[in-house]
Amino acid sequence: MSDSDHELRVSKIRNGTVIDHVNAGQALNVLAILGIDGSGGESVSVGMNVPSDKLGLKDVVKVEDRELSQDEVDVLSLIAPEATINIIRDYEVIEKNRVERPTSVTGILSCPNHNCITNEDEPVDPTFDVLADGVRCIYCDTIIREDDVAEHIDVGRSGEITL
Amino acid sequence: MQQDHLISATQLSRSDIEAVLDRAAAVDADPEAYSDRYDGSVLALCFFEPSTRTKLSFETAAQRLGGDTIDMGSVESSSVKKGESLADTVRVVEGYADAIVLRHPSEGSAKMASEFVDVPLVNAGDGAGQHPSQTLLDLYTIRENAGLDDITVGIMGDLKYGRTVHSLAHALTNFDVRQQFISPESLRLPRKVRYDLHEAGAQVREHTDLHEVLPELDVLYVTRIQRERFPEEREYRAVAGEYQIDNEVLAEAKSDLTVMHPLPRVDEIAPEVDDTARAKYFEQAHNGVPVRMALLDYLL
Repeated sequence: MSDSDHELRVSKIRNGTVIDHVNAGQALNVLAILGIDGSGGESVSVGMNVPSDKLGLKDVVKVEDRELSQDEVDVLSLIAPEATINIIRDYEVIEKNRVERPTSVTGILSCPNHNCITNEDEPVDPTFDVLADGVRCIYCDTIIREDDVAEHIDVGRSGEITL
Repeated sequence: MQQDHLISATQLSRSDIEAVLDRAAAVDADPEAYSDRYDGSVLALCFFEPSTRTKLSFETAAQRLGGDTIDMGSVESSSVKKGESLADTVRVVEGYADAIVLRHPSEGSAKMASEFVDVPLVNAGDGAGQHPSQTLLDLYTIRENAGLDDITVGIMGDLKYGRTVHSLAHALTNFDVRQQFISPESLRLPRKVRYDLHEAGAQVREHTDLHEVLPELDVLYVTRIQRERFPEEREYRAVAGEYQIDNEVLAEAKSDLTVMHPLPRVDEIAPEVDDTARAKYFEQAHNGVPVRMALLDYLL
């Protein structure tokens, strides 16, 4: 693949955030977690199954005219632990960061236990402690393994994390 | 105890447990000395599921401490029937009482409810989650009969949905206790409990056959296998029969084995066992009063 081919697939952005080295297949989940669905008017480019030296295949997400904060992106570590966050200004990378694992996440995942109080009509946001290899509901203790986390992303909620 | 609420056995340290059990022993020895400890205080009983032992023993405990109780009554007769949330219910009740005892069918309900109230809240069972006050009386019974160190405890029956099992298994990790879990494959300990036991450094040894471990047990904690856990009656009968005990089964056990059960039992312990020195389940149920008196004394 030549550089120009790559340019055609995922073009450079002038200002915004590039989330690189996302595990292949997780790009849409990245957008779901970040609550980016196009309704905010930002231009979003998604590259899926892009060849990568590091990951074999990777996904790339580019969000124009929006600089995502470290807090916003750290939750991505649950589904894309190798992701790198590049802040772009005038086509230049002015900041490059890795995602850090939060200690807990609230309102981003739903509990798979149907009998958990967070699935009842109660004023409570599902909250999960982050374990070494998954997350755990702080209410009913149900554990979601790392590989299954993406299945439980709740796109209808706004979330927060604690580092 | 440092906590304001008692939600899960996982929050109890060995010193917490021993403090409550020591206080329970003191209550047992001289109940009169505690008869005005709760004077003028009101305990609210909010039971969204049926209960006999837990509710009545909390009620007796409050009264024997000189306090009083209020009872939400059945769900059918309360505002829950009108669609009131649990969060609203406990916020209302905390204005009427000095502490709340809550039983609710949803896992995590007590934890959530505790976030909405300032008065102490005791989890009296949250679905298939936890039942920590039962654990305290279970531990009291074990300590009285077998001691709490260098013993082997077998826990048998429905280990998947049994909240008394989940709480007890974790609490026992605070002591020098070997735990053996005996259940049908489909009702083995859930992943979350095995995770906690592993984190606590306990070795989880699971069996499907009681006979493999019965001779080495000092305590056998039996729980009920519920009919509704099986799709077919035939399957239930085949499985449940494997986890019933009578004097013939117990013949291979130690002579001083302590047999416990959180009750109610159906047919997992034959009535003939009741008349033996091994049967401690009624004593266990009666221990609910001094232990819950001690617990309320700590929390209030």
